Parts: sequence; structure tokens; C-alpha cells
Amino acid sequence: MLSLTNVHRNVPTRTGRFQILKGVSFEAKAGEVTSVLGPNGAGKTTTLSIAQGIDRASSGSVKLLGVDPYRAGAGLRSQVGVMLQEGGLPMAATGERLLYHLARLYQTPADVEALMGRLQIHEFKNRQIRRLSGGQRQRLGMAAALIGRPRVVFLDEPSAGLDPASRLIVFELIEELKAAGVCIILTTHLLEDAQRLADHVVLIREGRIEAAGSVDELTATELRPPFTFRMSQSLTEAQRADFPAHLTLLQDTVGRQSAVWRVSGIQGPADLHEVTGWWLRHNLMPTDMGLAGKSLEDVFWELTTHDKT
Amino acid sequence: MTKLDLTPVETPHSSSLVSKVIAQGRYETRITMTNGEQLLVSIILPLLALTGLFVTGLFDTADGPATIDIATPGVLALSVLSSGLTGQGIATGFDRRYGVLQYLATTPLGPIGLLMGKVLAVLMVQVTQLVVLGGAALLMGWSPDLAGLGIGALFIVLGALAFTGLGLFIAGTVRPEATLALTNLLWVILGAVGGVVFPVADFAGSVVIEYLPSAALGNGLRSALIDGSFDGSAFVILTLWGIILSMGTIRWFKWR
Repeated sequence: MLSLTNVHRNVPTRTGRFQILKGVSFEAKAGEVTSVLGPNGAGKTTTLSIAQGIDRASSGSVKLLGVDPYRAGAGLRSQVGVMLQEGGLPMAATGERLLYHLARLYQTPADVEALMGRLQIHEFKNRQIRRLSGGQRQRLGMAAALIGRPRVVFLDEPSAGLDPASRLIVFELIEELKAAGVCIILTTHLLEDAQRLADHVVLIREGRIEAAGSVDELTATELRPPFTFRMSQSLTEAQRADFPAHLTLLQDTVGRQSAVWRVSGIQGPADLHEVTGWWLRHNLMPTDMGLAGKSLEDVFWELTTHDKT
Repeated sequence: MTKLDLTPVETPHSSSLVSKVIAQGRYETRITMTNGEQLLVSIILPLLALTGLFVTGLFDTADGPATIDIATPGVLALSVLSSGLTGQGIATGFDRRYGVLQYLATTPLGPIGLLMGKVLAVLMVQVTQLVVLGGAALLMGWSPDLAGLGIGALFIVLGALAFTGLGLFIAGTVRPEATLALTNLLWVILGAVGGVVFPVADFAGSVVIEYLPSAALGNGLRSALIDGSFDGSAFVILTLWGIILSMGTIRWFKWR
């Protein structure tokens, strides 16, 4: 439904040109949620703008429902729904007026009342958009993306700023779209959302695809669950330097009283033995420890920090 | 309530261009009519100009038409400038800044639909302007040549196209703050010395001014409404401006 092949995007700068995208390729299929992840500035937004046809690739090929979205006209637009991160909603309009207007641009739109009902827009439908909360705008933006009953829909941070009840509504709607065979491209900063919703994950970093695959594939590629332990004391340079060299020690989170450390590279009991031996040598006593199955978040951390440590 | 059906539509199903333009026109008209600043530039300012000219009797001559007969077509032309150039220019500039245009670019509306929808909205607002300004002028003793009403309407449509085109061209190519400054500046300059309200013959450099869309609109409306005649050269000039500015807008308009 959507395919990007070796997409590059350069922008001219004073000193030459800057490559935002350095060969991005991926596909998104019907009836699946494809989640595009990456740290800030990785090229996610540029990738999506190019996929939507708002921006143009410097080289490479983009096919959205079989055509180049940058040159496509109203026909393609009637089959693709887009929800922008900033909303792109006209401030002076009311939600109801906007949705009824947008519905008129399509021959067979979704039922506006039913859509407003599902996303609980009725309670604020007569208020000017400039007076709506972030979460309300978010739901309206999603309704605007779905009004034309699209075959492909781009959702940018659909659950940002939503309370738990609204989040659930949005998630259920995404599941329903998936079941109806819609191709959903989802961007989110919330890895737990991606893990829950995505069939396929594309991780972008520094303008390249760092990893791609199903959530299961990405979290199961290595049979090395990270080992974590919590310490109430901090580690000295000397203690860190003495850590078994073939394992990687990373500080995960720092709390007020303690810090969580993450060890990757554990292959078997011998590796665990080395860690406990290191504790013994330095008289370190953890307050908590565990071996957990990998989450998408672990994969994200490994891939986006691997050469910075 | 109907059940929500989100099964994807398998074939392209954009509405026809005509329905999209009508939809966009209706929507933009409602937005404009509920916006205080827009009403100020579209109705109140031209009304003040009309009253001012009437009270001062600026165009009164011994044997020519009365001030109100010369002033009313000019003020109608000014109101086209207000809603097309300033009103739509500024509104579009801010829509562009807030990403509204980027969003609209992803809908089936398209640049032609947007431009034509806005022209339609300007014309709809123009009907209100005609009723208010024309009504006020009649009270002040305006007696238009009835034979020229059709020609006048034609010039107003062409003017709406040219000045909405200019407003959108500016809004689609420069930053919103610059759009605000530029469209207001152009409104003042064209309104004052562009041959809109004050007939061109009164100025030095009138040869150049005559080729401006503002003078063409003012002259065309004055000829039509003062003595019911059709100003052919004004028609050609205004039509050409309308075509050039719309094509320029469609060609260079940036949606973000």
C-alpha cells in the first residue's frame, strides 16, 4: 500500500548540503499497523511528509497506492487520511462545522455523527477549535483523518495528551481500522503504544533504517534478556572499569535513592556468575534485581545508544 | 445513531470540483461572517469611506455626477479589495502558519479547489457588502444606472478573482507576518492612489496606474454604474490580472 525505496532527502545548508534521509526503504501493508519510531531529529517527520506527498524525495522512489504521492491529485487524496502532529486544524472553526465541511469533499464519507460519537467529540463540537484542549484537538484531528474512509491512514502521535479513557477509545478505533483492512502508519514517542498496536516496526536513526520487523522479531532477535539490578550506592569509576569486559553495563534510570543498572550480553549462567563475582569483589549489594523479557523499549535503547557508550 | 462504518472505499471518491468549490465557499463564508476583524475590513471600513466621501462632497462638480454616484462604485471596488486581498490574504497566511494548509493539501480539495472556494466566499461576502453598502448609498441619494448592474456584477466577479488571487499569492509565498504587513500596505496604497476610490485621471502617473487591477476594477464599476457603459479596456486588464494572479498562485503557492 505504501512503499519507500532508497529514499534520500537533502537540504542545502550554508556549508553544502545536509542529508536528512540517507536511503530509507520500508513497506506498509493493508490491515496492519506499521509504526515508525526513532529519536527526535532522526528523520521520522521528513520520512512521513515524503510518504504523504507533502514533501519531495531528493532521490529514490515513493509509491502510495501505486502512485507518486507528490504528484498525485484528488483521486489519491480521497483514499488517504492524514492526521498531523500539530493538528493543522483551523482555529476559527468549530469541530462540527469542520467535520461536516470535510465530509463534503468525499463522495462516500463516514457518518459524521457516528464518528463524533465514537471519538466523544459531541461534548465540545460547538466550541471554536482555538478553545479546545490538546486532547480534544487530538481526537478531532483523528476524526478528520478518518472522515473519508481512507485505505491508508497516517496517524501522528494519536495518543499524545489523552487521558486513559480517551486513549482506550483511540486504541479500539485503531484495532477496528486494522480489522477493516486499512493500512495504518503510526508514529509515536510512546514505545509501549507501539508495542501494543504495531504489527511492524520501523526504527529510524540518523536518516537510516536501524531496524525493521515485527515486534516479536525485534524483541526476540537475540536470546539475551537484559539483566537489571538496583543499587542504593553509586558506582565508582574503578568499580565500573573492573566490570566483566564482554558484558555491557549501562545506567538505566536514576532515582532519588537508587539507580537501576542494565547489563546486556548475558548468554548464560556463567555470565551471571561473573556479575555476582564482581559484586563480591567490590562488596556491592543490590536492593533489587531481575531478568526480564525484552520490550520494544529495550530494543530502542540498544539501537539508539549503542555507539554513544 | 448510525453505526460507524470505516470500511475503506476501494476506488477514488473525491467529490467533483464544483461540489468541492461550493463546500469550501460555504465553509469560508461562515468563518468570515463570524470573524469580527474580517467584518471590520469588509463592511465597516468601506462604510466609513463612503460616509466620509458623502459628507465632504469631495467629488462634487458644477455639471458632473454627484459625489455619491462617483463614490459608491469606488467604495464597492474597495470592499472587493478588502475581502479578497486583505481578508483572504491574512486568513490564508495564518492558516498556512498553523499547518491548516498543509492539512488541506492532504485532502481532495486541491489548490484550484482552495482558490475557487475562497473566490466564492469573497463573492458571498460581497453580496452582503452590496446590500449594506448599496443600501447605505441609496439612503445618501445614490442613483445607479440600472442598465449597468449586470456589467457591474461582472466586474465584481473578475475583481474578486484578481484580488483573491493576489491575496493568496502573497499568503502562499511569504511569511504570515509579512503577509499581514504587505496586504495591509497594498490595501492602503491601492485604495488611496490605485484608482479604486479616486478616479485615475486625478493623478500624475495615471498611465501606469490605469494598468493596475485596482484601477481597472474602479473604472469598470464607475462606467457601469454611473452611465451604464462597458469599459472594454478595463475588462481586458482586469481579466488578464485575474488569469495571471490565479495561475501564479496555483504555480507558486506553498502549502507550508
